[in-house]
Amino acid sequence: MDLRYSDADEKFRHELRSWLEAEVPLHGAPPDRSDWDARRVYDSGWQGKLFEAGYAGVNWPAEYGGRGATLTEELVYYEEYARAKAPYVGMNFVGLRHGGPTLIAEGSELQKSEHLPRILRGEEIWCQGFSEPNAGSDLAALKTTAERDGDDYVINGHKIWTSFAQKADLCELLVRTDPAASKHRGISWVVMPMDLPGISIQPLDTIRGESDFAEMFLENVRVPCENLVGEENDGWRITNVTLRFERGSAWAQDIYELKEFLSDLSILARKITRHDATAWDDIGLRREAGHLAAEADALWAMMKWQLGEVARTGMPGLGGSALKLAFTELNQRVYEFGTRLMARASLSRNDLADLPNGRTVDTFLNTLSLTIAAGSSQVQRNIVSERILEMPREPR
Amino acid sequence: MEFQFSDDQMALQEGIRTFCEGRFPFDAIPELEKEPFNRGIQGELAEMGIFALRLPEEQGGLGLGMADAAIVFAELGRRVVPGPVIWGNVLAGLIDGVATGEVIVGGLDHTLGTSPGPAMVEHGSQLDALIVLRKDGIHRIEASALDGERVKDPLDPLTPILGVPSLPAGERIADADTASRVRLEATTLTSAFFLGIAESTQEYAVAYAKGREQFDRPIAGFQAIKHMAADMYVKQEVARAAVYAAGCSVDDPEIGDPIRAVASARVVAGEAAMHNSRKCVQIYGGMGFTWEMPPHYYLKRTWVLENAFGTGEDAAETVADHIRLV
Ligand SMILES: Cc1cc2nc3c(=O)[nH]c(=O)nc-3n(C[C@H](O)[C@H](O)[C@H](O)COP(=O)(O)OP(=O)(O)OC[C@H]3O[C@@H](n4cnc5c(N)ncnc54)[C@H](O)[C@@H]3O)c2cc1C
Repeated sequence: MDLRYSDADEKFRHELRSWLEAEVPLHGAPPDRSDWDARRVYDSGWQGKLFEAGYAGVNWPAEYGGRGATLTEELVYYEEYARAKAPYVGMNFVGLRHGGPTLIAEGSELQKSEHLPRILRGEEIWCQGFSEPNAGSDLAALKTTAERDGDDYVINGHKIWTSFAQKADLCELLVRTDPAASKHRGISWVVMPMDLPGISIQPLDTIRGESDFAEMFLENVRVPCENLVGEENDGWRITNVTLRFERGSAWAQDIYELKEFLSDLSILARKITRHDATAWDDIGLRREAGHLAAEADALWAMMKWQLGEVARTGMPGLGGSALKLAFTELNQRVYEFGTRLMARASLSRNDLADLPNGRTVDTFLNTLSLTIAAGSSQVQRNIVSERILEMPREPR
Repeated sequence: MEFQFSDDQMALQEGIRTFCEGRFPFDAIPELEKEPFNRGIQGELAEMGIFALRLPEEQGGLGLGMADAAIVFAELGRRVVPGPVIWGNVLAGLIDGVATGEVIVGGLDHTLGTSPGPAMVEHGSQLDALIVLRKDGIHRIEASALDGERVKDPLDPLTPILGVPSLPAGERIADADTASRVRLEATTLTSAFFLGIAESTQEYAVAYAKGREQFDRPIAGFQAIKHMAADMYVKQEVARAAVYAAGCSVDDPEIGDPIRAVASARVVAGEAAMHNSRKCVQIYGGMGFTWEMPPHYYLKRTWVLENAFGTGEDAAETVADHIRLV
């Protein structure tokens, strides 16, 4: 065990910090969430700047445009990025955090060299077409079919909760290629271009009143067979690779951001008056902040181990489910704490003068999705108890 | 950076685990209850290097760091090893004879004040000297000066208590800075002990659930039980990351503010130990409420430690005070 950063890491930290200090203010505030075109420009534009500066895909192989950085540089990157309050990954989430990593692990040479650099430059936005109306937690119950016809798959089905479908260029899509096989066999993982005929998108309004996810109807969509990732009918295994990334390492940045947010709240609490004193004078509030910060510290330490495992084995382990459980629930508690601190200012979802009230309450609403998406907390508990603790399995 | 144990650390863990499992197996507890701790046990622990662990080699120690000590104390926690083991480790460099087990010291942390009632001195009748941490430094009181009475029914059957109504001032043997350092180290080891308790209670609960059948199937198949077990595992793993990080920060403050890291570990590990030992009682059902089964020993030791070097709430406040303000 050795948790020290080297001099080279500190040098990297210094360079990155200066770059972020200069560039983050220049990129400005994010656009209104309902302005999809502006959001795409904002998210892609920032990703492009990261790429130009050599800071995109820090842990991705250099041959595909990544930085090929060491594990410790990767950790420094997350810490500095969060400290600088640099733009959220936004629409690049799927491509950067699990679509791209899945290709690195399972894609063909051609698929890697075609997509990875474009994801890193912010030119390719990905979405995730896994869930269906009757295949949520029971994802392997998915019914969308793909039948071979010449060099194409002809795809028919109905996906739901597809985030950023409106603006995505590509979709990591799960389809059933062998309807006769048992549930977990016969699934394939394909890359579907979103501009093909036969795809229609029906936006759904979220709890925050914006249309960040959508229903996606697929009617005789012809996807070239070469877009298959891995072997035909081996998609369930590849799905689990994607999910390992989505649960295990995708949140690294967010955990460090939680630590930063708690710092911000503790500064703010010293300015908010309550009962003739500041909110921070309230020992109950301070202790609650201490509990939350202690857990955030622990989760950042745990994430470092997890990323260490990724660096060694190429993929997060099953422990990612434990980390996801702890992180998503802590995230809700931290933002709930922040919302309580805002008191009646939390009745506005828009920031008021000098207060992050709107952001805080809006993010609190958003955190409610974290214990549902990417496998609900109940599903993670099933995984931990069955796969790690070897307790009897649920019906599958 | 390296997030795995080194080969030496693995060997250290394995050695201590083998020793603890051989010397303090669950079957040995009824016998231990009669006399949980004495000079003989102290000698055996000293032999294993529990106290001299972090002393430099020229002083007869093993020259190991706090992260290594955390690994060792988690193993002691797994078997609720009795005795003032934490005090022995943190005082080995300050008081002659402690490292070798010849002198037995126990202590009280009065940095944040005293408790109601007489001073509750753990293993009081077995000590050569009682050490008290106070704001102004470390104080030593000879055992002969302790006028107290053994508590008839101590909460933890493996931690006998001497109630001392009035504590002599004793002799000041170290300054306030040394007292803070000792407290920081002791808090790290307490957190590690908690980690061991959290692990062990999780393992006991899961093993019991797999063996116990109701409604013609193992209770381990019921989701309510599985989810409790999963939460126990999560708490244990979160605590593990925090405890190792705390140990590394004490060894090298460049890694991060050791005061915050240790307090964070104390918060999450204490919470994990309390949560897991209580859920362990629950998963054992009626058996969990009996004296014959393991859960209560873990629950009770957790409570002893919860009141040893400040409470979890005190640690939470320390974390809050150390949140970075930029
Ligand atoms: C904000 C957001 C974004 C999303 N983005 C995408 C996306 O981009 N692409 C995509 O494919 N999907 C996406 N999803 C979908 C997400 O993966 C599903 O919502 C999730 O898998 C749960 O499925 P479900 O909604 O059908 O709930 P259900 O499976 O119906 O679950 C309902 C409740 O039952 C519980 N439950 C279900 N099965 C069990 C069980 N075996 N044991 C115990 N409890 C159980 C669940 O925990 C939950 O509480 C997104 C979801 C959200 C909220």
